Amino acid sequence: MTVSHINDDAILYVNGVSKSFDGFKALNNLSLILNKGEMRAIIGPNGAGKTTMMDVITGKLRPDTGEVIFGDNIDLTKYDEAEIANLGIGRKFQKPTVIESLTLFENLELAIAGHRSVFQALFHKLSGEQTDRIDEVLDLVALPTRRNELAGALSHGQKQWLEIGMLLVQNPELLLVDEPAAGMTDAETETTAELLKSITGKHSVVVVEHDMDFIKALDTTVSVLHEGSTLAEGRLEDVQNNERVIEVYLGR
Amino acid sequence: MTNTAFNPRSLLASDVGGRRLLMVLLAIAIFVPILNLAVPESSVFHVSTYTVSLVGKYLCLALLALAVDLIWGYCGILSLGHGAFFALGGYAMGMYLMRQIGDRGVYGNPELPDFMVFLNWQELPWYWSGFESFGFAMLMVLLVPGILAFIFGLLAFRSRVTGVYFSIISQALTYALLLAFFRNDMGFGGNNGLTDFKDILGFSLQSDATRATLFSLTAIALLLSYLLCRWIVDTKLGRVLIAIRDAESRTRFTGYKVEYFKVFVFVLSAMIAGVAGALYVPQVGIINPGEFSPLNSIEIVVWVAIGGRGTLYGAVLGALLVNYAKTYFTGAMPEVWLFMLGGLFVISTIYLPKGVVGVFQKFKSKVAVEPDDPSIQSKEAAS
Amino acid sequence: MRYYLKTLAFMCLALIGLCSQVSFSQEQNFAQTLTFDQITEQLITAKQTKQKTLLIEQLAAIDDERKQLLLEDLQQGSFYYRKEDKRPVYITREESGYALTDVLSGEAYGVVKKTTVRKVSINNTLRKQLRTVLAWVSLSDEDVDIRLGAATELLKSPDSANIELIKSVLAEEKNPAVKVVLQQTLAVIYLASEVESERLVAIADLEEIQNKEVMQILANMLEQNEAGEFSEPSEKVRAAAESALNGMRSEEKFYSVVENLFFGLSLGSVLLLAAVGLAITFGVMGVINMAHGEMIMLGAYTTYVIQILMPNYIEMSLLIAIPAAFLVSGMFGIIIERTVIRHLYGRPLETLLATFGISLVLQQMVRSVFSPLNKTVITPEWMSGSMQINGFLSLTNNRFYIIIFSLIVLLGLIFLLKKTFIGLQMRAVTQNRAMANSMGIRSNWVDALTFGLGSGIAGIAGVALSQLTNVGPNLGQAYIIDSFMVVVFGGVGNLFGTFFAAMSLGVANKFIEPMAGAVLGKIIVLVFIILFIQWRPRGLFALKGRFVED
Repeated sequence: MTVSHINDDAILYVNGVSKSFDGFKALNNLSLILNKGEMRAIIGPNGAGKTTMMDVITGKLRPDTGEVIFGDNIDLTKYDEAEIANLGIGRKFQKPTVIESLTLFENLELAIAGHRSVFQALFHKLSGEQTDRIDEVLDLVALPTRRNELAGALSHGQKQWLEIGMLLVQNPELLLVDEPAAGMTDAETETTAELLKSITGKHSVVVVEHDMDFIKALDTTVSVLHEGSTLAEGRLEDVQNNERVIEVYLGR
Repeated sequence: MTNTAFNPRSLLASDVGGRRLLMVLLAIAIFVPILNLAVPESSVFHVSTYTVSLVGKYLCLALLALAVDLIWGYCGILSLGHGAFFALGGYAMGMYLMRQIGDRGVYGNPELPDFMVFLNWQELPWYWSGFESFGFAMLMVLLVPGILAFIFGLLAFRSRVTGVYFSIISQALTYALLLAFFRNDMGFGGNNGLTDFKDILGFSLQSDATRATLFSLTAIALLLSYLLCRWIVDTKLGRVLIAIRDAESRTRFTGYKVEYFKVFVFVLSAMIAGVAGALYVPQVGIINPGEFSPLNSIEIVVWVAIGGRGTLYGAVLGALLVNYAKTYFTGAMPEVWLFMLGGLFVISTIYLPKGVVGVFQKFKSKVAVEPDDPSIQSKEAAS
Repeated sequence: MRYYLKTLAFMCLALIGLCSQVSFSQEQNFAQTLTFDQITEQLITAKQTKQKTLLIEQLAAIDDERKQLLLEDLQQGSFYYRKEDKRPVYITREESGYALTDVLSGEAYGVVKKTTVRKVSINNTLRKQLRTVLAWVSLSDEDVDIRLGAATELLKSPDSANIELIKSVLAEEKNPAVKVVLQQTLAVIYLASEVESERLVAIADLEEIQNKEVMQILANMLEQNEAGEFSEPSEKVRAAAESALNGMRSEEKFYSVVENLFFGLSLGSVLLLAAVGLAITFGVMGVINMAHGEMIMLGAYTTYVIQILMPNYIEMSLLIAIPAAFLVSGMFGIIIERTVIRHLYGRPLETLLATFGISLVLQQMVRSVFSPLNKTVITPEWMSGSMQINGFLSLTNNRFYIIIFSLIVLLGLIFLLKKTFIGLQMRAVTQNRAMANSMGIRSNWVDALTFGLGSGIAGIAGVALSQLTNVGPNLGQAYIIDSFMVVVFGGVGNLFGTFFAAMSLGVANKFIEPMAGAVLGKIIVLVFIILFIQWRPRGLFALKGRFVED
């Protein structure tokens, strides 16, 4: 795909990124532009490079070539994960990852926007405003009654929500959400889709997902990744009718 | 739910084990010297100087275990080289004590320790200067382990050397130091280490009063270190440490510079270990390179594992229990001790993942009618 | 055949000797060949030195085991005969008299008074002859070591009288080591010559030989005394000596590098043997086995037990110990895996602690069973000794065999993993346990077997180590940290990386050692690895890719 519509509203600008492991090209000249407040769904078969793309954006991996620009002109390849998180990019992992031996409240307390240094942590005290915000998010992810339970006691789907809640209190400009619906019931999946839609606009969101019903429920632009680059982009219905996409998913 | 002020009472509100431990420590810090010095030897209440020294030694090792639990139990850093920091603190203290000997050594050289005279050294090496001052030596007790931990930790944690890799290179670190301190040209007494100490701050190390004082100081040091560690793990920093232990990359992606947190707690732990070493040396009367041996470091981890990691008081309890058992068995049936220690390693890892403390908790929760998970209860009380 | 050649050689020697010495009786020399008994009898009766000279020559030429003893006793002046019956005897001096042994039969006659026997006298001419003849007898012995010893004796006292002798022996000598010593002796003798050209030739000869002694000889020639005179007067000879010396110095430097390399590779092989089993358990299975060192120790003790069980077959003991140690350590490994490690998969730190506990138990077990003292494991004949490559380089056999052995073990292991069905199963289980299970592989069984394999290899390493170090309860501890360093340095899960790491660490250690000393060298290597891990946390040849997760 060619970069054809750079505009001032772009929050994430991924251009010509390649990354290979021992000869295997996980990303091959990948380009992607995301506008402020936009939601983008990323689909693609296994090994298409979806997770690698997230790793490159969040600083877990350095690309071999290409540029990753955040906001106006922040070169993300120069920062590590923590710095990128503090720049305003939040990430939810494929496998729900919460701190199991802390309570839900404490999980959110750690995530809430604010100071991150060692000595600030030593003398940190939550403001009333922050406590309110945490409770608000607990409501939002439908877990208010379990405020003081250990996160380890949550079900798989609830952990997904708690993790999304952690992203929300972190208040990032851009959310990268990897397979949020995995392991959820249909009802939960629907709620998750609603939740993500509701935060779009205020935040920019990139969702990686396999579940086509979930993508449909998101009702947003879809990018199809294949062998490390973008194969097609557009509305879900258009993409689903694209011959090359059909070939990739059904052929071989 | 957070304790920002260093207030022992609120700190220990939910820490039943810690409260009991501190009360015992306070009690023995006061009464053991009295029972040793004031009660006549004929009385059944008399505590012998031998016992005082022995228990004092255990308390030093408990302090060391506390340091290890802070990083292992709360931050998931398994250091197999923590004995090195203990030994470095011990050597710093030993160097001060050597300088205090003055011309009372076998060779009567006012400037040089005996082993240097023996090696035909003409002058004191530069790194020995300053150690005649108690204050300087105490500063080094903190700084030498602290700086080594800072450099080693910064290098390792920045490169994200984690898990068993960290354990293995920390073991290599203490092994390298072991080899280095065995060398005579290092200027630390080689194989024999530093010994034949006479007095500390002018008080004879042989006198009962000095020994009893050292004992009390050790108990108080353990008490204060416990409060410090408890305070730290109860702050937000403590929760960041737990977050790192449970989900390091989650913590990173939440915006915490994991390496700085690890370095902070690693350095703090190394300093506590250094203090433990410094208190240990005057009570046992010797420090030699054997303290650097990888076996010693790995034993500390077992004390913590057996007591129950991630509880702080479990570490103290484990250190006291295992070391008492060691004293008893190496005396009564030396053949059996290594079998026992080895067996303890295996049993504690497979059957007692939460240590002795965990067994108690389980027992208590069974006795109690409350069906709630005990760990949740304690968390609720905290918040 | 050998005897024929020897006789021929002696004929030449005799001829030369005859020419150089004065008169003799032709008939006696060529007319008849006397037996040992006859020669002995005639030696007693012979009055003239000339006669004795000829008899000694004859004695040297005949093939009789008793001759060397006779020659030696004659030289030492302990060859006597009984006055009463002229019976030839050897005497040993005792307080009360002489103890007699019959020369011909070896029968002991007991102690007698000194006056009852008479000495067969010799003079300086004979003594000199005897020394040469004795040297020759030794130099033509069947045993290489005796020949080498005799040649070395000659070199210690270079004498121009021996020139012809040495030349004749040299013509027959096949063994390179003996040859070198003889050539060197010859050159040293010529070097003392008055004739400049002979000295020049000697230097040319010495240049061929190349060893440290020759270098010393040449260096001595170039030395000046206090008056500024060179010990070698001729400038031409000095120039030749200097150029020869310089040539040898560079050779020496080269071979000392080669020797260091060899030592380094042999140390590397030891590390490789110790670490390769760990590379399986840690690298392939991800199990931290702190009792790995004790698996090595068990292998070494197995060797010891095998030698105790079959004291008459020491030469074969190592060959039997290899499979035995593999089985013993392998069995222990399987037991440990089934009883302990099985419960701890996915918990590497706990595995580390539990296996460390096992290592303590095994150490104490060995201490209780075999005592805490070190045991001696005998080195078979074929493992001891060394190969003299040239004057500057000799390689010890045991180190050489260990290099070969470690490579065989490594290649065997690679073959097992890559080319056999069980190896395929092992790789399948480590890469995707669930999938392997569903394909009918019994992953439990494969786990146990893989761990057993790693432990068994450690046992084999123990057999090799029993040849190099003391076999004691702490044997394993000495190698565990090194082994981990090797595996981590090379990159976990990569056997080639383990090989490369072991060899490079071994060589590095041996090259640092001369500069810094053994202990400091080891410290430097350890610190290097600690720093290296910071740079490449997953080792030199780390597996890369998105599947490698923390």
